[in-house]
Amino acid sequence: MAGPSPKSASRWTLGRPLDLRHGRVEMSHGAGGRATTQLVETLFQAALGEMGPRESDDGAVLPPLAPGERLVMACDGHVVSPLFFPGGDIGCLAVHGTVNDVAVMGARPLYLTASFILEEGFPLADLQRIVASLARASRDAGVPVVAGDTKVVERGKGDGVFIATTGVGALPTGRNIGGRQARPGDAILISGTLGDHGLAILAQREHLQFASEIVSDTAPLHGLIDALLAAAPGVHVLRDPTRGGLATVLNEIARQSGVGIDLDEAAIPVRADVAAACELLGLDPLYAANEGKVVVVLPAEEADAALTALRGHPLGRQAARVGTVIEDPQGFVQMRTRMGGRRLVDWLTGEQLPRIC
Amino acid sequence: MTSADPPLNYLSAFRDGALAASLAEAIQKAALARPRYAFMEFCGGHTHAIARHGLVDLLPASVRMIHGPGCPVCVLPIGRLDMALDLALSQPGLILCAYGDCLRVPASGGRSLFQARAQGADVRMVYSPTDALALARTHPDRQVVFLAIGFETTTPPTAVVIRAAAQAGHANFSVLCNHVLTPPAMDAILAEAPGGAGLDGLVGPGHVSTVTGSGAYEAVSRRHGKPVVIAGFEPLDILQAVLMLLRQVNAGRAEVENEFTRGVTAAGNRRAQALMEEVFSLRDTFEWRGLGEIPRSALGIHPRYARWDAEARFSLPYRPVADAKACECGAILRGEKGPTDCRIFGTACTPETPVGACMVSAEGACAAHFHYGRFRPAPVAAAGA
Repeated sequence: MAGPSPKSASRWTLGRPLDLRHGRVEMSHGAGGRATTQLVETLFQAALGEMGPRESDDGAVLPPLAPGERLVMACDGHVVSPLFFPGGDIGCLAVHGTVNDVAVMGARPLYLTASFILEEGFPLADLQRIVASLARASRDAGVPVVAGDTKVVERGKGDGVFIATTGVGALPTGRNIGGRQARPGDAILISGTLGDHGLAILAQREHLQFASEIVSDTAPLHGLIDALLAAAPGVHVLRDPTRGGLATVLNEIARQSGVGIDLDEAAIPVRADVAAACELLGLDPLYAANEGKVVVVLPAEEADAALTALRGHPLGRQAARVGTVIEDPQGFVQMRTRMGGRRLVDWLTGEQLPRIC
Repeated sequence: MTSADPPLNYLSAFRDGALAASLAEAIQKAALARPRYAFMEFCGGHTHAIARHGLVDLLPASVRMIHGPGCPVCVLPIGRLDMALDLALSQPGLILCAYGDCLRVPASGGRSLFQARAQGADVRMVYSPTDALALARTHPDRQVVFLAIGFETTTPPTAVVIRAAAQAGHANFSVLCNHVLTPPAMDAILAEAPGGAGLDGLVGPGHVSTVTGSGAYEAVSRRHGKPVVIAGFEPLDILQAVLMLLRQVNAGRAEVENEFTRGVTAAGNRRAQALMEEVFSLRDTFEWRGLGEIPRSALGIHPRYARWDAEARFSLPYRPVADAKACECGAILRGEKGPTDCRIFGTACTPETPVGACMVSAEGACAAHFHYGRFRPAPVAAAGA
């Protein structure tokens, strides 16, 4: 009798194949035994392919950086509810969130790790959709997932799926972008409309129907940022306005840099349906979450070149110049309203909108 | 408007910067007739809109806007909040439902409903009284109490659930009723408060008036000889109302005018009024935070619905409680002082650690100034200052 082929050996080792259509996550899938291996092989490895971990070792061995480059690391936990929303799901969000955190440091994103915390009873079909979306996002971004982990918690102790990702990137020599670099006179740009992600999630949660569906803007930003930095190498600060939105990011920058900020409400791009949804829900788009936008603070003389570069990229078509950095030891973010008056754009207080990313 | 016209975009039409500029110009001109005008915007919603849109910058220095008491959370006296807290903490298994704004309001002894929840009380945030009734349905073995607060805007929904509970015979549901009425409060401010005596007119409530109708303020306006202009909550509504008030004052008129014609009629919502008549009865007197006891200014649950009245069911006594000593909420609610006249504004009292109710609700004068106006170098002057 001839020896078993690798395929049949695997089947013999793991027993009955996973029922991806009707099966559910069981405690044994996180126990580290055969069931875990089966889940990893038939669900994660199958989806990730060449974008997934190369070996079943405990860690990934990575090549050295180019001389002079520094390492940038970022991590992001994803607990969004609902898991699937117009424009994306927790899988692609877990890639974009961390890729963008690395990219706004001015670094080239290189690798990701992904840690899945699954709730017992979660449908394997939904998990497969999420992993496929994560794999697609990783492939589109060109950033492989070099290490991963899967854990299972008892029913009622999680909420379907949580995904924590870590990203690593390479920062080119001499690049110095960060929240402390804003200077009075700098221009402030935003790469597109505000609040699309936050309102897509909320509209879904509150079962709000609009003439057109509000779609999350979740997207990897490193391509857009590459184009920006090529045209405007003097950029001082980059931030992705996720939780807490533009208002929160600008307050952070004002505080870190010891400056004030002056915004022009009329220049801030907001989609009409997002603005309408905000009114209905009593929200301010300035505080609503984004997952595919970048805030740019740069010397005013580079603002035009930067805007042209942003608008020339598919993710930056609606980029706009929305304000100016000013001297203010108190660090206030002020805004000239559409009405011609002035107001403060304060830190977010009170209950945040939970589980937005 | 013909059928070929595009539908009105309610979001942008009342926030048009060019129209605002021309209204501001008309206001400037109209305000030349006298050295000083003081108007009170009664509603917290108007206070919020004025701050959010920076409308103070569009008014001349001679026109002062004074914040009124029309913030439901702000005027709820501490003693009434204590009743809800005691109920939630003392009755095993009871579920207390409240609007989100109520949860952080400081009660006596530094307590709040949030704190009661941390201590094990079952306090739930609801968006509507029907959510509370639904809880009573799903927990037939537990008492469910809805902490009802607010002016005439939120009163009809409370009436709806009380009647629904009665019709369905839900014996485990009741309402702790704190609904208050706008016209008596207006009357009290114009009659007694030192801030009120210096007022030249009032921007009247918008949403409240959709229920009461603009006619509800005729008597108050006539008695005190002050103009009242009902206004919507968009920035152009408020500017237009200020212009209408200026024109009345300049012409020596004191009438009730309606700027918010797209929402308010003279008679109001008669069905809602009938429902309120059926379910509630007028209290002889009621304490307002900051304004004190005002006769015939609040609603209790009508004896015919006494079974759904939490005050009767749990025999809740009312004990009045004084405000924190340093807190100026009272004077601010009467229009005598502004937020920055309070020593603890922005120091001990912030939205994260509110001492007074005006800092809690988004509609409170202190919260509005903290969020939107704090950068201004000169504090907003109070009435009579």
